Parts: sequence; structure tokens; C-alpha cells
Amino acid sequence: MTRTNGASGGGGQQQQASAAGKLPRKRFYRARAHSNPLSDSHFPVPVSPDEVDLSQHYPRYFPADKGGGEEPPPPRIRFADVGCGFGGLLVGLSPLFPDTLMIGMELRDKVTEYVKERILALRASNPGQYDNISVVRTNSMKYIPNYFRKAQLTKMFFLFPDPHFKEKNHRRRVISTQLLDEYAYVMEVGGIIYTITDVEELGEWMRSCLEKHPLFEAVPDEEIKADPVVKLLSTATEESQKVARNGGQTFHAIFRRISLQEE
Amino acid sequence: MEDTAVEEAEVSGAAEFAPALIAAHPHGNSVAVAIGPELRVFDLKAGSPVLLSDDCDGRSHSDAIRAICFSVSGALFASAGDDKLVKVWKTDSCRCIRTITSEKRVSAVAISNDDLYVTFADKFGVVWLVTLGEDGTEQVSVDNKPVPILGHYCSIITSMKFSPDGRFIATADRDFKIRVTLFPKNPLKGAHEIQSFCLGHTDFVSCIAFTSMSENQSFLISGGGDSTVRLWDYINGCLLDTCQVRDKMGELLEPNETDDSSLAIADICPSNDGSLVAVAIQSFTGVMLLACDVVEKKLSFLKVITMEKSYIPTSLASSFSSELLWTVMGASNMPNQASSQLLTRLRIVPCFQKDLISSNNSPAILEDSEVPHGEKFLLALQGSLDIVKQEEVLASVLAALKVSMHKMLVKKHYSEERREQRKRGRNDKKIKN
Ligand SMILES: C[S@@+](CC[C@H](N)C(=O)[O-])C[C@H]1O[C@@H](n2cnc3c(N)ncnc32)[C@H](O)[C@@H]1O
Repeated sequence: MTRTNGASGGGGQQQQASAAGKLPRKRFYRARAHSNPLSDSHFPVPVSPDEVDLSQHYPRYFPADKGGGEEPPPPRIRFADVGCGFGGLLVGLSPLFPDTLMIGMELRDKVTEYVKERILALRASNPGQYDNISVVRTNSMKYIPNYFRKAQLTKMFFLFPDPHFKEKNHRRRVISTQLLDEYAYVMEVGGIIYTITDVEELGEWMRSCLEKHPLFEAVPDEEIKADPVVKLLSTATEESQKVARNGGQTFHAIFRRISLQEE
Repeated sequence: MEDTAVEEAEVSGAAEFAPALIAAHPHGNSVAVAIGPELRVFDLKAGSPVLLSDDCDGRSHSDAIRAICFSVSGALFASAGDDKLVKVWKTDSCRCIRTITSEKRVSAVAISNDDLYVTFADKFGVVWLVTLGEDGTEQVSVDNKPVPILGHYCSIITSMKFSPDGRFIATADRDFKIRVTLFPKNPLKGAHEIQSFCLGHTDFVSCIAFTSMSENQSFLISGGGDSTVRLWDYINGCLLDTCQVRDKMGELLEPNETDDSSLAIADICPSNDGSLVAVAIQSFTGVMLLACDVVEKKLSFLKVITMEKSYIPTSLASSFSSELLWTVMGASNMPNQASSQLLTRLRIVPCFQKDLISSNNSPAILEDSEVPHGEKFLLALQGSLDIVKQEEVLASVLAALKVSMHKMLVKKHYSEERREQRKRGRNDKKIKN
């Protein structure tokens, strides 16, 4: 079907601003607070992971003029930030893992545009950096397998997802037993899934879904303390900063993808 | 924006046109046809219609049956549909041994290869499992409630099949996805380990089938709204070949007969030797045959079997033991349809096996007089032998088929305004308020 636009896409006057290295202003990208993850999509979806055009997302890793001779296998996306919002986590992770390709997945159109511009601006003002992060507009609850192959991802992030309080809307939550099957499929054994929220009830829900799932096990506390990524969960994203400003509590659940133990 | 796609499907399901279905007992003992709430079974060994006894708790189907299947052993049969009932029947005694009530309408049903479990998919895309007990015996504990084992997030499952070795359960949906999941030894805890996704269809997937039930290696075949039939290595989720039915039909039909939407694949049926695939196409009066070369991993156009002008099969079936391809045409839930009009038409193709590949002639369809057990059989499964009455009903099915099949399967895109209207019109909400 259609190709997805990478961080190099996008348009309008903001594009010029970001090409000149100026960060886009959030107020140009104001959007509705919540989108309904179940409503039908009007954005392009790759038919299968083979159709995801990485050169649009990470042009430095996919130069147009191939030098001939033996090519190393092209890199793959390894981290996914699901419901990435304004992209703070990607920006924080990029220098920590400069050789790892990462993608943010975001449902809201305007917010996705903002993240694209933000990344382009960062690339322009910091040559050689931020080439490993990008964003795509998609409904992660429906199209994860269209983007990633089996065992492709080593980390998945779900930071401050929408809480969907009402019981009848629980099935709209991004973490559920059913969706964990799909996340387990795209994650490599040993990969880590990070979740955090300031809503206690949702925190318990995400933890209990992960605990019940046979393909995930809790990462021990010592390991969590030593993981440099963990600090970013509560500091890097726009939502986490808002929570911190208001002195809110956060609840995380960090689990490892394991292989299935058949009794 | 409150309402959801799935809820839409749930609501609009009520008046949706329901195609007639056909299934054949794996050893050729019987043939079953479902139309509307009616289940018609003919015993080919005894040469008589089967009297089903629905005595387990008295609830019979009261709305369109959407899915039927025989188990691989032939011991069990299942039926399910819009009335939210899943019924499991023993084929030897012709008795219903279980009636399961689903919370939602049921779109697909399957029985595990060991006859221990029945699985069904509801309109929210969730697959539920119920234990049937040893050999499908009738002693099952009462608290044996359906448990959810997997789900296609907010998409309706159109077809569900177990792999020939019983290790996998494959599910296809209206969002162009096919999921292949390991079926665990203890499935009551859910089927969480996905073996592969078979992605390639660009429209809804209407049907899936596994080839070669006897050999070790098997393949998955799928048909969809994009007018393609695809061959998959389902272990690795690799698309091996795609047959563009639309292109072929373009050569065969008048140009005005081939708008895209009318060439959706309605059903597929592999021959028992795995060398052929019969394809029913939404507006084609006949069946297309594809040759399936499992060595070269190719799916190629072989020939078409044209049938009478008013005949478009809605469902196909074959059994391991015989070389007959059973086809049925019919529908319920059409506007102005009385229940007395639940008529179907059957057409049977003999020699549905690899000899067809080398022969130059199109196989002849059996004349009504050549059909096994002749009129008795046709009367039982069609509901009538009256050609005039039949023609009348089939003409309306034909008209409905041309438009409905595609509408039925593609997701509805409602405008915001229309969505609001539908929400206000919903009965379940009205009751609560
Ligand atoms: C509360 S925000 C948190 C954003 C970000 N992770 C942060 O911590 O700042 C949740 C985000 O998830 C997005 N979202 C919700 N459902 C989604 C879906 N199904 N697919 C992709 N993004 C989704 C929303 O649009 C929103 O931007």
C-alpha cells in the first residue's frame, strides 16, 4: 500500500523553521486531548514490516548512493515508544544509545507532526546527532505487527498512557493480556518492556496484566536500579515533567520478555 | 467519538445478509447446509436426511448461522451465529451435546483436532474456548464457562482453522490480518505465543484454509476482499505466492462486470490431495480452480468451471475421502424475505483432484439426477425441488450478493454525524437509560 512518512517528511512553514534548527513551538500543534484508539484510521499503514521505508526515517543510516561491495545488513528499529506524545523520551534516549534505531508511535496527527519537526530541528542544530530517532503516526493497538517483525524489538515503552477509567473502556487500554501477546511477538527474548503512570489504578492494572502473562517476568529491583533508562521514565517526557511539577506519585512496572515454559 | 468500530459492527450485524454455508464430513458420511437459523444435514451413507435432536437444553438456533464445521475426526460438528449460540453436535447420534451462550454474536467456530475443545470468535474479535471433555462426551462440569484465549484487537474474525498437526490455530480478520498462534497443551490459560502474522492482503481476509491434511508439511491459503488468493508459509509468516484473481476475471468477464468491489473472494476450498484450490468469487457464476504446487510453492490459475447464469456459490466444501466439490448458493436476512424462502441451490463438481490439472476439458457439473441420492438429497438440503420457486429466490440472492458481500465484510466508515445518529438509535443504550 502506502509508504509511511519519516521524520524527513512533513511540511509547511514549520519545516523551514526546523531546517534552520529552530525548535517547533508546541502551540502550533495543539490537538485534542484524547483520540479514540478504536476509530478507523485515515493514515497510511504499511502492509507488512517489509514495506516500512526506513530510509525516510533514518536517512543517515540508509544513504541513497550505496558504495558498492559488501554491504553490512541494514540496521533495524530496536526500541519503540508507544504513544510517544511530544517525543521527550526519544530525545532523551537518542544520545544514550547512539547506534540504536528508535521509533515513536503516536495516534494524534498534530502531535506526530510536532515530533517530526522537533527531530529535524535537533538534527539541524546538532549535526551527527538525533539521526537514530523518528516517529510515525499510527494506531499502535492495531498495527504493531505491520511495523515490526517477530523478535525485532529489544525495548518497548509505554509512558503515561491514557487511563480509560470506565470499566467498559478497559479494553481500550494499551496494556492488556491480548495486546501483550502482540508485544511479546515483536520483542526478542530478554527484551524489556517499561511502563509508568501517575494513575495508581492503571499502574496496578498494567502490573497485573504483565504478571499474569506467561511471556513476561518482573525485572528484579537491583537490575532496575542499575538500568540507565529507568531514570528517563519519570523525567524525560512531557507528561512525566507535568506530573513531577505537580509533585505526583508514579507507578512503574518493568518486565522482561521470556520464552514460554510449558508445564 | 465515543462509539467504536467494533460496536458499530455489532449493531449493524442484525440485518446483515447471511450467506448459506456448506460443510462436508471428512470421511464423506454426511453433508451439512446452514441457511438462516436452519441446519440441514443429509446422511450420505444411509441416504436420508438427518433428524437432529436438539435436546440438551432446548435452545435452538433462532438467527442466522454464521459458521459451521466438522471436526477432523468427523465425530463432532459445530454451528454458531447471530443468536450468540454455539452448538456442538455428535455426528453419530445426531444429538446436540453442548449449547454455549456467547455474550456477543459469533463469527467463526472451530473444533480442536483431538475433539477436546471448541473455539469460537465473537464480534469483538475475541476467541473463546470451551472444554468438551474426553472424546466429546457429554459429561462436562457445569462451571465449564468459555475462557478467552486470544484476540484480534477490535476486528471481526472471519475465519478460524486448526493446522493439520493441531499445533496452531489460525485466525483471519476484516483488517487484513492473519494470525497464527501456538495452540498450547493447556489452552485454558490462553494461547499467547504467536507463531507468525501472515500480512499481505490489502483488504479484508474472508477465508483461510490449510492444505494437505495428511502430509507433514502444510501451507496456509487465504482469500480476501483484494481479490487475491495467497499461499503462505505460515510457520515463518512468509508470503509464497499471490494469485491475482481480479486480473484473471478481467480476461473472462465483460468489462462492465468487473468493478473492484464485486470480485471479493467469498470462499476457498483445497482439494484433499492439496493440488487444487477451488475459489468462489463474489460475482462470478461458477468456480475458479487454481493449481497449488507445493514443491515450487506456486499458486496458478488453472481453469474456470462455469455454472448456470443465476448461480454464484456462497460456500464451498470437500471431504478427505471423496473427490467431490460441494457448492451451495443461498442467503438469509435479505429484505422482504419470508422464512419459507430459505431455499438454497446445490451444485456438485466431480473429480475435484489433480487429474483436472492435465485434462483439457472443464469438468461437467453433476446433473440433478446424477447427484448422490438424487432428489431426496436435494430436497433435504435445498428445501425445495420446485425450479420456478427456486429461480425466483435465487434471483434475489443473486442481486443481494452482488452488493452485499462486499458491504458485509468491509468495515463501515461512518461520518461523525451518522455515528451520533446510530448511537441514539441503539437499543441496548435505550434500555439502560
Ligand atoms: C498521556 S499521553 C503520554 C505521552 C508521552 N508518552 C508522555 O509521557 O509524555 C498518551 C499518548 O498516547 C497516544 N495514544 C493513545 N492511544 C494510542 C494508540 N492507540 N496508538 C498510538 N498512540 C496512542 C495519545 O495520542 C497521547 O499522545
